[in-house]
Amino acid sequence: MSLDFGDDISSVTGRICLRAAAALRSASLPGVIDITPSFNSVALQYTPQAKSKPDSACAFDELSETVRAVLKEGLPELDDHSRVVDIPVCYGGQYGPDLDEVCARTGLTSEQVVKQHTGNLGMVFMLGFAPGLPYIGVHDAVFAIPRRDTPRTAVPAGSVAIANRQTTIYPNLLPGGWHIIGATPLQMFDVNQTPPSRLMPGDQVKFISITPEQYEHLKQHPRPIA
Amino acid sequence: MSLRVLKPGMLSTFQDLGRTGFQHLGVPTAGAMDRRAHQLANLLVGNDMSAATLEMTLTGATIEFDVPCCIAITGANLNPCINDQPAPMNRPLVMRAGDRLSFGSRSFGARTYLAVHGGYTLAPVLASNSTYLRSGIGGFNGRALKKDDQIDLNIPLTNSTLDDLAQDLWNIRIYLPAAITISPRERVRIIKSNQWPDFTPESCAAMLTEAFRISPDSERMGYRLTGPKLSLTQPRQMISEATTFGTIQVPADGQPIVLMADTQTTGGYPKIAYVATVDLPRLAQMAPGDYLKFEAVTLFEAQRRDLARQQAFETLAQTLTPINNLLATHASVTE
Repeated sequence: MSLDFGDDISSVTGRICLRAAAALRSASLPGVIDITPSFNSVALQYTPQAKSKPDSACAFDELSETVRAVLKEGLPELDDHSRVVDIPVCYGGQYGPDLDEVCARTGLTSEQVVKQHTGNLGMVFMLGFAPGLPYIGVHDAVFAIPRRDTPRTAVPAGSVAIANRQTTIYPNLLPGGWHIIGATPLQMFDVNQTPPSRLMPGDQVKFISITPEQYEHLKQHPRPIA
Repeated sequence: MSLRVLKPGMLSTFQDLGRTGFQHLGVPTAGAMDRRAHQLANLLVGNDMSAATLEMTLTGATIEFDVPCCIAITGANLNPCINDQPAPMNRPLVMRAGDRLSFGSRSFGARTYLAVHGGYTLAPVLASNSTYLRSGIGGFNGRALKKDDQIDLNIPLTNSTLDDLAQDLWNIRIYLPAAITISPRERVRIIKSNQWPDFTPESCAAMLTEAFRISPDSERMGYRLTGPKLSLTQPRQMISEATTFGTIQVPADGQPIVLMADTQTTGGYPKIAYVATVDLPRLAQMAPGDYLKFEAVTLFEAQRRDLARQQAFETLAQTLTPINNLLATHASVTE
């Protein structure tokens, strides 16, 4: 079941989705096994249960009714649930091979790109594509640059990359078409930790500029996910 | 107390009912492609339906057991043999220490499931034993089986009474209700998505009348279909949202992709329809090169059939309790 809350990518729509997902999660609906928020919708994956009421047509109708009732109760405030997570990033050079191209496309200097990127909090709209891979936004319109024409077949783990006013962080070696502006020394996903993902939907992200020395230091002294 | 892999087969991985509960973190569920065959294999050896089975693709593995155990083989017919003698499918079978299970040529389907009473000794990852190859997690060391792999079994059987057990198991009549068998239907049932009207009338008509071929690069993540080109009435900027096992998405080239068990959790292509859960097993048993046609059913109809299958499984589990009782008395007590 998919609940649609708008047709744009904006923090307003994104927040509503995240609040709806939080409300539905705490309602522990019978048969619902996964609740996946995204930019403008919330998906509920469920196993159809036997009808509890003889007059409802099917499991979908019954679940729809329950979902409506939950959402009518009102949505929890996101701020009560969201955390601010610091993500240290070493920008440019070997860590961010596309920083120069981003400068060329945006008309900003590399200092200005870093200042813009670290200046405001971003929100985690969703995780997808690969375990622990976040979609963080919405950034200033200056970062409204499309993805690379030719995606890379292998982007290193920890790469911090931007496109379409969003940032992503590659949790492991993956193909990718976003512009890599830096790298974080933090491990983003680890199945042996609880929770396995450093970032959760709804988290506020603060990017912090670090030096290559700090990057290497953090790399050697890993910070646990939780 | 283990099995040893003499030949791994083309792609043999441990799977269960999927790694649910982590999709909001981008973790694909993976799990058995043919849940029907997976559940049946487990019931036939007295397991919970959620226990891991070994999913073997197109060619079977050759496996040697060093302890007595009870197995069942379901799904694709790859002509199983025990010590080179043809072995029946869809029944509990007693294996003795030193017995070898192998497979011959494929006569039906694409994926065979092997369950063993008591289950395989695996280390669950995020509460599941499903192998997700792209991230290298779950199942046996996060990968497909290789030659000489050795996998422990949780509950071996005692050696002394195997002949009695084999005879007693053989005497149990196993009747599979229609909802659990795979009927040879040409058409795969789909539910139209809410984006169905965004496709041209010609595309919608083609979807329900034309044949599509499963292309060679189809695998656990998705089946790429080749057939008539499907197009939107007007180009639409799609925003990524959740996808699931059975979602049929249409990229810009107009050739649909059915997302299968290893689907990513999100995707940004228009979705024309969803395969009804009850027909996913049929799709899972199709191989590259096979042709299929679709037939639209209502969500109501799809859920009615899905529920009927679930209930048939529950009833079957009840009628198969004699298997559990038999195996429980023959299980070896380990200190």
